[in-house]
Order: sequence, then C-alpha cells, then structure tokens
Amino acid sequence: MDLSISRRAGVFLVICTVLSLLYGCRGEIPPKPTGGVTIVPPIKPDNVPQAYPDAEKANLPVFTMDYPRIQIPFEITLWMLLASFAKIGFHVYHKITIWVPESCLLVSIGLIVGAIMHSVHEEPPAVLTSNVFFLYMLPPIVLDSGYFMPTRPFFENIGTVLWFAVVGTLWNSIGIGMSLFAICQIEAFGVQDINLQENLLFASIISAVDPVAVLNVFEDVSVNEQLYIVVFGECLFNDAVTVVLYNMFSFVAEMPVVEPVDVFLGVARFFVVGLGGMGFGILFGFVAAFTTRFTSKVREIEPLFIFMYSYLAYLVAELFAISSIMAIVTCALTMKYYVEENVSQRSCTTIRHVVKMLGSISETLIFFFLGVVTITTEHEWNWGYILFTLLFAFVWRGLGVLVLTQIINPFRTIPFNLKDQFGLAYGGLRGAISFALAFTLPDNIGRKQLFVTATIAIILFTVFLQGISIRPLIEFINVRRTNRNLSTINVEIHCRLMEHTIAGIEDLCGQWSHFYWKDKFMKFNNRILRRILIRDSRAESSIVALYKKLELQNAMEILDTVSGDISAAPSIVSLYEEKKSSAKPKKKFLAADLRNMHDILSKNMYKIRQRTVAYTNKHALPNDSQTKEILIRRHASIRRSLRPGSFQSNMVPKSHKYFSLPAGQSLDLKFPPSRLSYTDDHETMSEVAYPSRRSRFGQPTRSSSRAMMPMRRLDTLKEAPSVDAVDEGRSDGGRTGHGMSRTNSSYSDSHVVPAPRRHHPGDNNSGSADNLRNSHHETQEEEEEQSQPSSPSPVWAAEPRDSTTRNPLLRRPQWNPKKM
Amino acid sequence: MGSRASTLLREEEIEEIKKETGFSHSQITRLYSRFTSLDKGENGTLSREDFQRIPELAINPLGDRIINAFFPEGEDQVNFRGFMRTLAHFRPIEDNEKNKNQAASEPLNSRTNKLLFAFRLYDLDRDDKISRDELLQVLRMMVGVNISDEQLGSIADRTIQEADTNGDNSISFNEFIKVLEKVDVEQKMSIRFLH
Repeated sequence: MDLSISRRAGVFLVICTVLSLLYGCRGEIPPKPTGGVTIVPPIKPDNVPQAYPDAEKANLPVFTMDYPRIQIPFEITLWMLLASFAKIGFHVYHKITIWVPESCLLVSIGLIVGAIMHSVHEEPPAVLTSNVFFLYMLPPIVLDSGYFMPTRPFFENIGTVLWFAVVGTLWNSIGIGMSLFAICQIEAFGVQDINLQENLLFASIISAVDPVAVLNVFEDVSVNEQLYIVVFGECLFNDAVTVVLYNMFSFVAEMPVVEPVDVFLGVARFFVVGLGGMGFGILFGFVAAFTTRFTSKVREIEPLFIFMYSYLAYLVAELFAISSIMAIVTCALTMKYYVEENVSQRSCTTIRHVVKMLGSISETLIFFFLGVVTITTEHEWNWGYILFTLLFAFVWRGLGVLVLTQIINPFRTIPFNLKDQFGLAYGGLRGAISFALAFTLPDNIGRKQLFVTATIAIILFTVFLQGISIRPLIEFINVRRTNRNLSTINVEIHCRLMEHTIAGIEDLCGQWSHFYWKDKFMKFNNRILRRILIRDSRAESSIVALYKKLELQNAMEILDTVSGDISAAPSIVSLYEEKKSSAKPKKKFLAADLRNMHDILSKNMYKIRQRTVAYTNKHALPNDSQTKEILIRRHASIRRSLRPGSFQSNMVPKSHKYFSLPAGQSLDLKFPPSRLSYTDDHETMSEVAYPSRRSRFGQPTRSSSRAMMPMRRLDTLKEAPSVDAVDEGRSDGGRTGHGMSRTNSSYSDSHVVPAPRRHHPGDNNSGSADNLRNSHHETQEEEEEQSQPSSPSPVWAAEPRDSTTRNPLLRRPQWNPKKM
Repeated sequence: MGSRASTLLREEEIEEIKKETGFSHSQITRLYSRFTSLDKGENGTLSREDFQRIPELAINPLGDRIINAFFPEGEDQVNFRGFMRTLAHFRPIEDNEKNKNQAASEPLNSRTNKLLFAFRLYDLDRDDKISRDELLQVLRMMVGVNISDEQLGSIADRTIQEADTNGDNSISFNEFIKVLEKVDVEQKMSIRFLH
C-alpha cells in the first residue's frame, strides 16, 4: 500500500515537473506560422526541370507545431487537470483527508508546484487577475453553496445567520482595522505610512471567514445542526458583506478626507447593495423558473438555463456594482424549488452534478493557485505587522463571537452554549475570497505587497494550523459521556430510539415560531406562484408515469442484485413464530459477538437529522440514501396497512399486521387524495431541504418493489404452487396495496400482486409475502391474483370500504375479502 | 374564519391543560397555534394524515410510531387536549417538581412516564411486554439495509437476554426501567418548549 502511494506520489511529481517544464519551454518557441520541423523529401535533384514555379520556397511541412494558438486554453486545461489529479491523489490514502482538510492539502500541492516552478524560474500563469477571479472562479463556488443550501434550517436561523454575517464581519473589520492602526503608530515596526483607511481596507479583506475546512470537520464530529447551519450561512453572507465593505473602503481609501456624510452614505450603500442583490436574484430566479415551464420539448438544454440565468444574475449585479454574490445565491434558492419541478429527472441530476463539479473545481483551483502564488510572488515581510494581524484576527473573532452570541442567544430557540461558541470562533478560517481580494487591491496603495503577504500569511496560518487542529479540539471538548464498551446493547438501542423520538417531536412541534408568515407565504405560493411558474400539465400523470418508470427500474435493479441478505423489510413474525421462538434455546453471546454488535449498531443505525450535513458536504453530492430507505419502508407499510380488512383490530392476533403503523385504518380513505393534493398543496413540503419534491414522490412510489427483499429465498416461488396454504397468522396475507388509488395505476397493481403465500416455518410474514410479491414482480408480469386464504383469517373480515370499486383496475377479481 | 370560533382556545381550557400538563400559558398558546396550523381540515382535531404531512416526520425512522403515540387506542382523531397530553411527556423535569409531593398521580413528564412513552413505541399491542418481534420491528426501522436478518436477530436476542430477568423471553416494563436505570432519561426524553 505504501509502495503504491509512494509510486503514485512519484508519478505525480513527475507529472508536475513535466508540466512546469512545459511551461518553461513555452518561452522558447518562437512564434512561427509554419513551425520549425520539416521533413525534406529525400530526392530533390536540382537539374530536374522545375515543375513548381517557386523552387526556392520551403517544402510542405509535414509536422508543424503551433503552440501560441492554443496556449491559453491549453494552460487552463492543464492546470485544471493538475488540480484534479491532486484531488484524486488525496483520496488514495483515506486517513489523510480525515485529519487534514482538503484545503490544506491543495495548498500544499500548490506550494510544491510553486516551488518547482520557482526553481526553474518560471512565472505562474498570469491568470489570477481580478476579472478572472471574480467573473469566472467565484460564481461557481457561490452557486454551489447556494444551490445546495438546506432551505428550512436556513430560514429558521436566518436571523442568527445575518446577525453573525453582517454584524460579525463589521465588528471584525473595524476592530482589526483600528487595532492595526494603533499598532502602526508604534515606530518600531516601521509601518507608519499606513493610514486608517488602508488599515480598514486590509482588515475588511481578512475578516471574511471561509469555513470550508470547518464544515468538513463539523460533519464528521456531528456538531449540532444549528451550529452547522449558522456557520454555513455565515460563510455565504460573509462573502457578500466583505465584498461590499471592500468596495466601500477602497473607495474611501482613495479619498483624502472622510466626512460623516460619507459614513452615512456608506451605510445606505450597504443596504442598497445587499437588498439590491437579493432583488435581482429573486427576479432572475423567477424568470428562470418561468422559462423552464416551457422547456418540455427541449430537455437537452434544460440545465443550461439554470446556469445561464444564475450567471446572468451575477453579471447584472456586477454591472450595477451591487452584491453579486447575494444575487446568485438568492437566484439559486428561488429557482431551485420551481425548476426542479419543471425539468426532467435527468436534467435535475445533470444540474446538480454540474453545479457540484464546477464549484469543486473552482475551489480546488483557487487553493492551488494560492499555494503557487505564495512561492512565486515578491513578498514583503514585516514581522510586527503580520504577527499582530494574526493575533488580532484571532482575538477579535473570539470576542466577536462571544459578544454577539450573548446578544442573540435570548432570541434564539436553541441558544449556543460555550462549546458551540468555541466552534464558531475557532472555525474562522480564511480562504479564497480574502486571497482574491488581496490580489486585486489597487496598486496605488503603497504597501500593497505587505498586505498581500499578510493576507497569505493569515490564510496559511488559519488553514493549516486551525484547520488541522480543530478536529482534535472539538473531539476533546465533546467528551463522549458513555463509554461504548460499558454500555449495553439495550442502552444503545433504546438511547437511539429516544433520540429519534425527540427529533421527531421537535419537528412536530415546529421550532419555527413564525407560522403565520410561513403559512401566508405558502398560501401565496400555492395560489399564485405555482400557477405561473410550474408547468401545470404535470399533475398526476407525470407522477404516475414516473412511478411506472421507477417500478421498471427497480425491477431491473432487483434482477441484478444477487445477494440474499439484503432485506429492507422488517420482519413481521406471525403468532406461530412467536410460539416457536420461546422454544429456542438461549444463545450464548461471546464478548467478541458483543463487540461486533456494538460495531454493527453504531455503523448502521440511522443518525439523527442527517439531512443537513448530507446536503452541505462541500465535496460531494447530497447523500439521501438514509431518507430513501426510510421513505421506502414507510411507503410499504402504508400500503400494507391500507388494505381492507385491517380494520378489525380486536380480532388481530398478537402478531402485528404492520411494521410501522398500527393495526387498522391508520390512513383512512383520505390518504390517497391527500397525496394527490401534494401537487397543489405544498404547505410544509416546500420547507424541506430535500433535493426535489419529485424525488420525494419517487421514493415512496418506489418502495413497493424496493421494500421487498430482493431475490431472497426465491425458491419459495417454486414451492408455492397454490394459494391455499396460508397461515392465518399471516396477517399480511392477501393484501393488495390498492389504497393508493392515484399513484397505483394499473401498472403498479399488476405488480403488487397478492402473491401466493406459503407457510414458512420460522419465516417472517411480510418477508415472504413481499418476497413472493417481489419475485412475481420480476418474473411474471401478470400473476395470478388469487390470494384468498383457505383458513379463516380474522384479519380479512368484511371489507368496510369500497375503495376497490373506486377504480376497477384496482379490484382484485378473484379476491373476496369477505371470506372468513 | 367564523367557523373557527368554536375551535379557539378558551381560558378555562388553557387553565385545565396547564394543570394537567404543566405547560405555561405562553407555551400552550404557541402549541395551539402549531396545532391549528397542522389542522388542515379545521375541525379542531388532527388526523394521522395531518401528522404525516410534516415532512421531517416522514423521514424519521420512527415517524409513524411517534404519530401513532398521539392517538389513543383505536381512535383516529386527536384533539388539542390529547395533543398536549402526549407532548407533556417531553416537558423537562424542573427541579421544583422533583420535590413536590406527588399525592395525586404522577405528572406526565415524570421519568417513569417518559420511559413508558418509549416503551410504548416498541410495544404496539399494549400487552406490557416487548416481544422479540416487536423489538425486531423497531430495530429494523432504525437500521439501514446492510444488516442481515440474522444479524438483527442476534442483536435482538442479545437485547432480550440482557434485559430479561424473569425468563419469559420478552422485556416487561419493569425490566425496561431497570435496564435504563443509569441513563439520564430525564434529559434524553425532554425537549425545550418554546415560549
């Protein structure tokens, strides 16, 4: 393993060297239209009568090389490839990325490459100009952040987020600026020529916190969701605020005298910039959503609209010198909800992938360049100034977090405790924005080099030191209370149950206190916005179509999976089995078994509220497998419980007829129509930070096949010739999930067929039922629909409702539920 | 809006709920507004679908069981009293309550009642025992798809073995309490209700 790593590293270094040499070569090829290498034809006698009128001309070159023509795209591509190789390289050895955040690694690689280039006296490509950064590199990163922002937690915490972003940044900038100005007055450091405005300008650059590395760490250590979202939101708005401050201060720095009017105007400008940015973003978001309403015939270019409109929002905001970051973020936020309804599933996936890809590559490139430029620029080092900068940045951030938290905690539903505050303060890493802003400082500032050096110093310091050390520190603080080895399995399971319960009850109670506004917005949304922005021909038919498609997909997938151990369906055991289980001898459990169990549980039990973390992982697409599994299970249980005959709860044997829902009409007739109404009545669904509502529907409707144990005990199929041998304890027998009359079109029902059941000693009830159903699903298109139990099943008493008659397709022709 | 007049909360009701559950006045009003916002049918009661509309509950592994806990045996609708009664289980135990003389019944948020709530999440048929199958069901709901049935079965067996003292191969409520005696249930099963 190490050998392969070192070999890879070696190859990697070789590649780097080659690339830099290539750059080195660049300067030496004189631009010639026809290149230099020609191959002369072997025979060319002079005394041959000249067939060509111009024998003195050079011969037709066979190989030519024209570097300057492709130079720029070529270099860009090479740099991007190099950065991507670096990313690949990191994941070779997984443990590295746990302890060292990716940004550190990227910067290190950049440093190495920079060193190589420096040693061959090569200049880095002069691409890091202000325009390139702000017009090409920054938008993808911000779009990435905005697009994958979990909306509900974000809006719940928006007050805190704005408070920290705006006031916090202001506090930091002014604080650091003032202190540095004070330091400048000290003669010993020799920086007296820096005046207050310049100090403030510099301070505004370095107060932009970029907690990329912190987010990485936070999600590993499972910091609480609130902290996570505040940090995430702060990062986003922070950029906007910084850029605004920067522009303001740079304008002010060039003015000889600052008057109070200017301060007032500055504040006013701040509001104009911020709100204007948001306004533009919302406007473009709506236009984009509206456009996608009509793109059903041009599916291939649907993703393009998202990108073009976001970029347009950004550029237009830049045109008016208002906050382009806010514009693009709000555009993404607004757009996402409606667009993901309108576009096809594939476009949706494409959009997400591309957004992630662009954001990722931009970020990689920026950190990479940071490393390269560090080596290759002229530095002006001033110990005093730089060290004090580091100190003040740290101190002011800590103070700021402390003071601001004290003020905002009473207004928060979940106050921040000291641990959270430490995380917030220590997690104040600086990053790309500071770097870019430093480089684009106007040249008339005398000490520009010093500022650049100081910025780079602080970035490197925070990224490396704080980035690497934050993880151990947080783990140290978050002392786990229970030592896992001492707690019993019982405790582990029950505690997790309690945690899930608490999470559920909290969600149920709704921590968001402004129901009034939320409801109002939802009503407005439903009545007006959705009508305009969403293609209204979709309604049910597309959902049904999607369901069909997904059922097909699932069938294929299930055919492919071979493993018989994957069981998504919980085990519902019959009465028979219960009797049997008491006869089983007591098992002996070794210590090793116990450890295994603990391991299994800790790895496989669902975590609480994972969705926020899953969505904001900067380097990966949202991972919603957990939610999918849960929804699938729920859906299957809902369908099962909707079957008629489940109403006679008093006659139900001890064994359960459901796995997650109680016996009986847990969902009455109202349920199917309410699912129907999901398309109109969004209510709470819009707040879910779930990738798309469609996939929400996709999950439940997929469950019918997914919940089945794929291919497990397929032999039961062969062994089940007839329907009759049904154990009456099998309460699940004969159910046809026909309750979902809308989504279960005829297609689904033909597949979710009451399969012939077969008594399986010691087998679980729904397991085999599902199995058979599933197997039927795959192997036979239309299965026999007989499922009447021979022996009286108390479960299938008279069918109280005639939902079957609602849709003739749903009716089971031979199934007489009245059979007792 | 006129039809909703009957569902507005009257002062006497608030007082009664306060006495029964221990919530403060502002908490009750806040939860009432949440109740009404969930109550789409505007008939003063919540049905299961109303709960299921909460998307976060949908992706909670125990979502359905939690919802079920609100509805008394065999009923389909829960009114505000029932809603508050269930939520009262999660009120944090305040210090002054610990010393109160519980002459009457225990408060809803006592440790025992919290544990009973958790117990009932497992024990659906209310026979005061968590059988192996009930345990397996809940386990299956809480784990991903990568655990085989055998593994889960072993875990369930071990769980019962650890807790079962009277050998009936199921966990009774007392055994449940005993197993969790070292766990800070008061803190784990409490949420901070907003004012």
